[in-house]
Amino acid sequence: MKLTKQEIEILKILEENHRISVETIALMAVCSEETVKETLKKLEDRKIIISYPTLIDWSKVEGQETIVAMIDVKVTPKRGVGFDEVAERIARFPEVSSLYLMSGAYDLSITIEGKTMQEIAAFVSEKLSPIENVVSTTTHFMLKKYKHDGVLFEDGGDKDRRMVVTP
Amino acid sequence: MKQEYVHYLSDTVKDLQPSGIRKFFDLASSMEGVISLGVGEPDFVTPWNVREAAILSLEQGFTSYTANPGLLELREEISKYLNTRFSVDYHPADQIIVTIGASQGLDLAFRTILNQDDEVLIVEPAFVAYAPLVSVAGGKPVAISTSPENGFKVTPEQIEEKITGRTKAILLSSPNNPTGSTLNKQELEKIAEIVERYDLLVVSDEIYAELVYEDEPYTSFAAIDGMYERTILLNGFSKGFAMTGWRLGILAAPKELVEVMLKIYQYTTMCAPHMLQHGAIEALRNGYHEVEAMRASYRRRRNYMVQMLNQIGLSCHNPGGAFYVFPSIRSTGLTSEQFAEELLREEKVAVVPGHVFGESGEGYIRCSYATSMPQLQEALKRMQKFIKAKSLV
Repeated sequence: MKLTKQEIEILKILEENHRISVETIALMAVCSEETVKETLKKLEDRKIIISYPTLIDWSKVEGQETIVAMIDVKVTPKRGVGFDEVAERIARFPEVSSLYLMSGAYDLSITIEGKTMQEIAAFVSEKLSPIENVVSTTTHFMLKKYKHDGVLFEDGGDKDRRMVVTP
Repeated sequence: MKQEYVHYLSDTVKDLQPSGIRKFFDLASSMEGVISLGVGEPDFVTPWNVREAAILSLEQGFTSYTANPGLLELREEISKYLNTRFSVDYHPADQIIVTIGASQGLDLAFRTILNQDDEVLIVEPAFVAYAPLVSVAGGKPVAISTSPENGFKVTPEQIEEKITGRTKAILLSSPNNPTGSTLNKQELEKIAEIVERYDLLVVSDEIYAELVYEDEPYTSFAAIDGMYERTILLNGFSKGFAMTGWRLGILAAPKELVEVMLKIYQYTTMCAPHMLQHGAIEALRNGYHEVEAMRASYRRRRNYMVQMLNQIGLSCHNPGGAFYVFPSIRSTGLTSEQFAEELLREEKVAVVPGHVFGESGEGYIRCSYATSMPQLQEALKRMQKFIKAKSLV
């Protein structure tokens, strides 16, 4: 879908910070607040804006730590529907936080979140592997997050070191 | 200065005034919780690939001198860059010098072309270093005042009025620090006619050339018909590539001038730091998408600032480039010095009073928007409170 320059501008402003007010977006993109509201509605309706989640480092919150694993899955594609049918089936599990079809050595890449290692093991052995067409799985546990969706988790290196007034 | 040293000093240096920015630096530095709109440099850190290239260079032991005008490899990249971006042709072998910031380029230019009391026309409000550098080189700075009615653009008539038998050159800066105003192709062409008629040179400070926000493409003065031979072009990595602390500038000029400048450069400087030149090569080869992203971010903040300042009662023209807005504070009845000082003391927002950029800057303040959006929003809130509290508007 072809968007106007202004619609793309509004998306880029939101991509950086979705909590920014409609009023501020309007000032930054030089348009009316009405235009911003209409544009957002349109982009939401067309599923170009999918949702407005917040990036949280749960590992810092006591009792809320999660275990994340990435699973490489080989599947046999099905005539007529390719990988879509099995992918959509896997995507419905709530513990699956992302799912991509990949080129290369395996077919689907799954990110899964759980409270314990057992939970993830149970998902692989009881839910994922038994699915017809799933040929094999390889599970990698994530040890530490450094950067997610373009955002550094610990940004100590890029502090403002400028002098307070310069020519 | 202790009294006993005064008789040792050169008259030129004795007469030189320290920059008016210094006072605000001292005051703002002594306070806690200041939001600064007084910073004349990007809020971005140099892109990582560029930093990494300089680190690699150090690791590999590139710690020696380079050729005086800089690594040939870097000058080749600069030549390509100037050609692609600004359609100007400079030969890497004998027309380009990698300077220590564009400021050194200015110094080199003036020392090369000025005899005692030769005059240089400076369009004001202007960067604080211009007039002092002309004076240090023995020349006489001659100010041309501009005003917001003209978008702080200089007109050919204003230039012509100030030309005398001693006028050697015009110093142009587009986009301008502090006003952010830019000169388009037609405006430059009109200036070019005068340059031609009076047989002048132009020192064109284009350090903010990457930071322009309107749709029409940027025009370098050297790209104007007949002006290539009369232009000393200054550009650099500081603003567009967010590399201020690297101190890497670009000087490009006719080879007859560059040859003479190199005589000074080889004795004063020898060369720009070797490992930093490697970073600059990486910036030109693989850094341009970052420049574009930074430009887009500045554009949004400019739009926000200009409209908000007008909303809170400080009339502000819409600048075409750089990262400064230059609103009028005349409606408040304060001088720009009073406004800036009281705003800093009472609301802890640092701006730079316009008069430090020349007499015609009186009645204005320079606000840099090279600061995060939340900081800008907070600064404007405080400025609005300040104006209301004084019922100034």
